[in-house]
Formats: sequence, C-alpha cells, structure tokens
Amino acid sequence: MSDATTPVDYRPMWEDLNLDLEMHDALLTAIPQLYKSVFARQQNRPEGMQYFDFVMREIHGLRVKELDDFRKAGNKVVGVFCLYVPEEIVRAHGAWCVGLCAGAEFGYDEAERVMPRNTCPLIKSFMGFKLARVCPYVEESDLVIGETTCDGKKKAYELLAEVQDVWVMELPQMKREKDKRFWRDEVRELVSRVQDLTGNTMTVESLSTAVKEVNDKRRALQRIAEARKADPVPISGRDALLAVQVAFYDDVGRFTEMVNKIADELEERVAAGEGVAPRGAKRILVTGTPMAVPNWKVHDIVEKAGGVVVQEELCTGSRYFDTLVPESNGSLDAMIDAVADKYLGINCACFTPNQGRCDDVIRMAKDWNANGIIDYSLQFCDPYQMESTLVERAAQDAGIPHLKIETDYSMEDVGQLSTRVEAFLEML
Amino acid sequence: MRILGLDIGSRSVDAVWLEDGRMVKHAVADSGFDPAAVAATFVDLRHHDVLVSTGYGRHTARARFGGRAITEITAYALGASTLFPEAASVLDIGGQDTKVISLGPAGKVADFEMNDKCAAGTGRFLEVMARALGFTLEEMAAEAMNAENGVRVSSMCTVFAESEVISLVHRGEERARIARGLHDSITTRTLSTLRRVGVRGPLVFAGGVARNQAIVKSIGSGFAGDVLVPQEAQIVGAYGAALDALRAG
Repeated sequence: MSDATTPVDYRPMWEDLNLDLEMHDALLTAIPQLYKSVFARQQNRPEGMQYFDFVMREIHGLRVKELDDFRKAGNKVVGVFCLYVPEEIVRAHGAWCVGLCAGAEFGYDEAERVMPRNTCPLIKSFMGFKLARVCPYVEESDLVIGETTCDGKKKAYELLAEVQDVWVMELPQMKREKDKRFWRDEVRELVSRVQDLTGNTMTVESLSTAVKEVNDKRRALQRIAEARKADPVPISGRDALLAVQVAFYDDVGRFTEMVNKIADELEERVAAGEGVAPRGAKRILVTGTPMAVPNWKVHDIVEKAGGVVVQEELCTGSRYFDTLVPESNGSLDAMIDAVADKYLGINCACFTPNQGRCDDVIRMAKDWNANGIIDYSLQFCDPYQMESTLVERAAQDAGIPHLKIETDYSMEDVGQLSTRVEAFLEML
Repeated sequence: MRILGLDIGSRSVDAVWLEDGRMVKHAVADSGFDPAAVAATFVDLRHHDVLVSTGYGRHTARARFGGRAITEITAYALGASTLFPEAASVLDIGGQDTKVISLGPAGKVADFEMNDKCAAGTGRFLEVMARALGFTLEEMAAEAMNAENGVRVSSMCTVFAESEVISLVHRGEERARIARGLHDSITTRTLSTLRRVGVRGPLVFAGGVARNQAIVKSIGSGFAGDVLVPQEAQIVGAYGAALDALRAG
C-alpha cells in the first residue's frame, strides 16, 4: 500500500491509456459519492474494511498503475468478464487476470450505436465502457477472454473484437461426459493461446503455485462466508459483496492476506457475539445475476430497510469461491483436467438442466438461516429470468418466502423497489 | 390511546384518527407539490399520542414527525382485513402503483405483487387520459359506463396511451367509447394480474381508483370471487397504519 496521504497524479497514465479524460473524470466523481452513500455510516463496521475503502479510492489509480508497471516489465494482463475463465491457467503462464468494468450506466449512447437498446445492462455497460474509453482495465488488457455463457455476450464479443484482441472459450451448455471432454479441450486451447500471448510455458510447478494461490483467495472468502452464519451477523452484506467484487481485479496475494485479516476479526466478533445489526434482524439470501462494481443497489435497499444480506448465490458471491481446484500434484495433463472440471461444476443458468443451482440456493438458505430469498435479475437476462420460476418453486417447496426483483443499473425504480423490499421484510 | 395513521401517497395524503381502537375522524387532501407540508397540517392538529406513517412519503414523515413507518402493503392488508374480516385478498390501485396482496391469518401479508417503475393502469393513468379527453375523472367514468361498447386502446403505457387517445380523438371516435376502451384495458390488465398471483375471493378493492364506479363494476363482473369495496376506499392505508400501532402495542 502506498501512503494514502500523498496525492498521485495518474492523469498522464490515463492519457497514455487513451482514456477519455473528461468522461473518466465524471465517472471518478460519481463513484466515490455512490460509495459513500452506500458504505459510509455503517454501524460497527469491521476495521479491516478500511482496506476496501482504500481499494475503492484507488480503483482507477494505484491498481491500474500496478498493472501498468507489470506490463512495462514485459508481462501480460488478461481481461475477463466471467467465472468460467480459469484464472489458474492465466497465472501459471506468469500473466494476471483482471475483471473488466461492467456495473454502471456509462457509455450507453456509444453502446447503443452497435447493440439494441433492450440489452442486458451488464453487456451494454462493458461495451459502453470500452467504446467511451473510460475503463482503464480493458485498456491494460493484452487479451480479453470471453465465453459463450449467453447469446448477448457471445455476440457482443464479436463487436468487441473489432476494437480489442479477444479469445472466446466455448462453454458447453450441458454437463454430460462428452461436454466435460469438450470443455477440457477448450481449456487446453486456452493454454496454447495464453502460451502464445506470454511466450511462457506452463509447468507442473507454475500451475501448482497458481492453483494454490487462487485456492487461498477462495479459502479466505469462504471464511467470511462462514462467519456470516452467525446471528448477529458480523459483517454487512454490502461489505461482503464488495470483497468478492474486488477479488476479480485485486492483486491475489495482497487481497488474500487482507481478507484473512478481516476473517480473523469476524471470527473474534462471532465468538464475542458482536455484529453489525441487532440479533434477530431479518436475514436474506440473494440469488441471481452478477453484481459488478458499483452495483450495490439491492444490498443497499435491503440493509437500509433493516434487513441483512447473509449470503449471495451469485457469480459475485458463492459461485466465485465455494469450490476449490484439487491440489494433488499429478501430471500436467491431470492437473489441467482438474482445473477444467472444477469450473464446469459451477452452476450458471446458461446450463440446462441446472437443478444444481436450485439445490444450492435452498441448501444455502438453510445453512445461513435465511428468513427469505431475494431472486435478483438484471433486465433482459433470459436464462436467469426463465430459471427464476424454478427457483421460486424450490423456495415454495422448502417453505422459504421469496421475492423476485428485475431491475437495471438506473435509480429510477428505487422508490418502488424499496417499498417491495420493505414489505417483504415486514412480511417475514 | 389516540393514534394518527397517515398515508402519504403520490396523489393524496390521507389521515385516520383512532381513539381506543375506533376510527373517530378521517381526512383526505391532495398531495400537491409538497406532500410533507400537507401531512404537517394533520400532524399539527395534535389529536394524537402515537403516529404511524405509510405510503411514498413514509420515511420523510418519520424523519420529520417521528413515530414509525410501515409500507402501504402491510398497511392495506391490515386495514382491509379489519374492515372485512372475511377478506382473503386485497387489490389496491393508487396514484402510481397497483398492489395485489394475498392475506394470511390476522391481516398478515402472505404474498404480494406490485408493479415496478411503470405507472400503467393506475390513478395517474386515468388522470392523464381524462385530461386528454377533456373530462373530469367522474365524467370519464360516467361516460364509460354509458357507452355501449369501447374502442380498443392497445397501449397500457401512460405516455403511449395518451398519444393513442389523441389520435383516436383526431380520427373522430366518440369520447365516451374511448373512455370505455381505457377503462376496459385497465380492467383486463388488473384481472390478469389477479389471476397470475392466484388470489382467492373475497377481494377487497381499495385505493383511489376503487372510487371509480366503472372500474369497480367491470372488475366485479370479471373476478371469480366476491369483490368488496370500502365506503372510503382511499383511507384504507391510513387506517391500516393506525391499526398497526395497536398491533405493535
């Protein structure tokens, strides 16, 4: 961490990255205001969360500088949008993975010139950030690795490829044996692609190290998740969500260390019976589509209404950290298979059937003692919206109240959403 | 104990005063451009010991006048089930929201559905259409009931429907038939929501739009169970808010 009191002028770096400085300034004015309104004034916030205040303050500063320096030293950075891209493979070649900006209504005008208005906000946002030149992470990416997790993204990558180097992995949409074989092949093709990019060859040692590092990151997040089973809950849902969001682009080693520190603090709190909300506050499990920074809308509404979010069955939640790659050192081939199989095990609504997700939601609602489930979907996300009927039925069968929310990144529906969420909490 | 229940809605501010659990007075005022100031005129009467607010302005009211705040969903459920103990469900069409509530035991909410940001088919929709047709709300409802049949109005979006109405007027359609068409489209939409949520009767129909006889009549004939309309359909939320103070003890 650099000395936070010394202001660093990042403008030359942003200029070198060819960002639209005026628009980028507007973004950098908006995000801290939003961050403050969501995260400031939380009672009894864990002290370790100061690290995330720092990360958010430096979101387009210090971290981008680190990537910049890393690349200037001859290394490569790979931009990703999705959980299914195996970070271990990228790191085993000496490259870094970063998540790309996709969580705010920015550059929509630009995006709508190439894609329909009625497009998933996540897709419209990443395209908008790229075309309006306001995301430093995509500009620091030597390669963007996409995946075929939905039709919208699949086609958007063709448009992105006009302005950026893109490699798309084909994710099967079923989980049969032949799909498993197919996906293992896809992961092997990725190995060649990243080898071409970096000029480095992956070894048993480099892959073992990468597997261990990324697993450690997941284990740290699992500790936070575990602590959230306590009542009173030791950390707000907003803060826990932020931790997973930041996991996508922070330095792996530093992040793991900081999250473990927070987890130590949370475990002490649990032992002492301390929390951020009164004992008995209504506990909510959130499930659905990913929430990219700075999308904190639902958590903010729930927690300002007196509820607590105790777990997220999201790509920016349990799907990110709840399974590990086995750390047995066999042949390189066996290790690549193990990496591929771990990722195929993630339960995204792009798969059919996807019973595993409904099972996960109900199991988690029970394990975390949730009073209710909020099923959150971004607009125009067909896979999750279709599947929400199945999630609702599973919740009904388990006797757990369920509220379905469909929204986007705008703030125009916050009044109605608050009424619905508050009524839901009153009902529980 | 004297209780004031306030429902600060998008179109009206409604107040109900309870003494020893019985309603002793009620009032309805236009929300205007400063609903909190309108609410203050009721609070300033100081005819209460306890205040509970509901509606859009509930948080502002709590911050300004103290007391508690509950959502209009909880408030309507409690108000409607107290007025009609036999009720199984509630339909509330207000100024800019439509809510459908399934009732559980003791006036509790078992399940509910509410429109998202769109004000289609609400009181605001009717106001805009009445203005486009040059009617008052009462005139528009009366004309709609007298018309033999309606012109089909396909759009439910307030903005699109208004342009549709204007083009119908320009085409020389009878205003009464357009009015009927507008009421029919709200009814169709509302009945389909009721079916989707799967509510059972008896259904309490409340909120400002329940004062519109044309809509009450058509929902009454389209819904499978009994439809009960309170005499003062607009104050059910304020009544429920006040009753919540008794429940909270």
